[in-house]
Amino acid sequence: MNIRAFAALCGALACALLALTETRKFASMSAAGRRFLRHPPAAGGLFVLSFFVAVAVAAPWVAPYDPAHALEIVSLQNQPPSLLHPLGTDLYSRDVWSRLVYGARVSLSIGALAMLVAVTLGAVVGAVAGYARRWVDPLLMRAVDVGLAIPRIFLLLMAIALWERVPLPLLVLLIGLTGWFGTSRLVRAEVLSLRERDFVLAARALGAGRRRIILRHVLPNVAAPIIVSAALGIGNVMLLEAGLSFLGIGVPPPLPSWGNMIADGAAHLTTAPWTTLFPGLAIALVVMALNAVGDALRDALDPRKEMA
Amino acid sequence: MTTWLVRRVAASIAIVFAVVTFTFLLLHLAPGQPFLPGDETPIDPRVVANLRHEFGLDQPVLVQYVKYLGALAHGNLGESFALHRPVADALADAIPNTLVLAGAALVLDLLLGLALGVYQAVHAHRLPDIGLGYATLFVGSLPTFWLALFLLLVFGEWLGWFPVGGVVDPVVHASLPWVGRVADRLWHLALPALTLGCVGAAGTARYQRAAMLDAMGHDYVRTARAKGLPEGRVVLVHTLRNALLPLITLLGLSLPFLLTGAVLVETVYAWPGMGKLAADAVFKRDYPVVLATAVTASTMVVLGSLVADVLYAVADPRIRVRA
Repeated sequence: MNIRAFAALCGALACALLALTETRKFASMSAAGRRFLRHPPAAGGLFVLSFFVAVAVAAPWVAPYDPAHALEIVSLQNQPPSLLHPLGTDLYSRDVWSRLVYGARVSLSIGALAMLVAVTLGAVVGAVAGYARRWVDPLLMRAVDVGLAIPRIFLLLMAIALWERVPLPLLVLLIGLTGWFGTSRLVRAEVLSLRERDFVLAARALGAGRRRIILRHVLPNVAAPIIVSAALGIGNVMLLEAGLSFLGIGVPPPLPSWGNMIADGAAHLTTAPWTTLFPGLAIALVVMALNAVGDALRDALDPRKEMA
Repeated sequence: MTTWLVRRVAASIAIVFAVVTFTFLLLHLAPGQPFLPGDETPIDPRVVANLRHEFGLDQPVLVQYVKYLGALAHGNLGESFALHRPVADALADAIPNTLVLAGAALVLDLLLGLALGVYQAVHAHRLPDIGLGYATLFVGSLPTFWLALFLLLVFGEWLGWFPVGGVVDPVVHASLPWVGRVADRLWHLALPALTLGCVGAAGTARYQRAAMLDAMGHDYVRTARAKGLPEGRVVLVHTLRNALLPLITLLGLSLPFLLTGAVLVETVYAWPGMGKLAADAVFKRDYPVVLATAVTASTMVVLGSLVADVLYAVADPRIRVRA
């Protein structure tokens, strides 16, 4: 740890605090925002999330060492946490804190991107199925039934068994493609009730086409469940990525992800538990924060609570 | 009720059939192929051709599909490429282990989750509830395999209370009397089941707490209190009975979680179940095994949700009337 890294870390903490206070100010202006703030864990969750995002963005400054650089293979192998290496070093004498910082970039962006794929697909399929009815709806929903029946990890195991080595973008795409079933069900149910509303009838009477009605009138009204399932979905994707990396079929090694850091450390658990402990704690913290924020959002965005 | 049940069962069978078809197509239309000479070990192309012929891989996909379905109907899941034994045999060895693990984890999950949820609801918005709320949020967010690793480190390696892997003790198990064998199995089961059970219980507790709080707001609870019933009876009989319904839904939903967890936890604890079988097979590109485990897992999920639906109909008269 050097002064520059320490200063950058303080900067990241300050950013997170600033983000938290600004969100607080913004949220207290609306009823939904005040309902959000009524959940104490949600504020903590927001703080943790903005901290990790700040760290990921500022990784080159926050990390004191190069995450892939073997520092001193003889004397710095599997060293416990110390002042110079706050989270210790791993088997290849790399600084665990630096790897954790760069790993935040990988793990968080995989979570966000895969979730984006999943939620977009889920929203579109759900909206189309809910609005189209006739043969399209049953067809799509039966496909969703099948997708939900296969546990996601087995779907991914099958897909990964087919490609010799899965490049990272493809892995992200695959995780996204296997995660939209639940969202589409949720969106469809919402759209089914929305399509009978008067404003949809009005739009149709004004001559709006199907595409326009779905995209401009129906989907914006389904934003709440989509946002909630996105928040909860990122956490799921991060756990899944970690699991796959742990099995050795996730993020390929020199690139640090929290999952493959655990996988690297697992073989030396008894001699160097810190190499496994910290990335796992990081995952748990972020997933916990996402769950807390997701729960609070569900409460805040529930339109039925608008009157209360 | 009967028509509903028949339709529900038929839908379940259709889903399993679709899963079989989908997995088969996915595996056969994909770019990777078994027995193709890799770059590190050159194999004689004639050997490859012979092997492909032996396993029927040189036939058109449609023919392979029909043959596969026919074999499946006879309980024949094909021959494993890597294990040199029928897939059905390997699965038959693995499934009981996974069921024991998942079953034990589910019991732990439900009992612990129920107890915590009720306790939290009774003490709602006070210190024990808030503390447990954070604790369950944390435990529920843990990666299962990471928790498995650290339980193994602390209780297996440092304290030595539990074995570090496997289903039975390989040395002494055979020589034990039956009581000892059961104890040996339970002793090996403890850590894996605890891992999955705790993470699951955290979710169940949050769910159960909400269901209890919801039920507590009803008039019949106030009536029970007004009658002067002791608080224990009000909570455990009048409220809990009505707050148990959502748990049935959770029961159906927990199978995918348990099977997913099993893949990772079985790998950590060297537990020879379905999940470990699948994870190992992926590396060897052992298609038939991956396919069979995926189909089996999906069948379990479909069965689980069917059972949950039937239980729900049995437990909740309102559902029965509507159906």
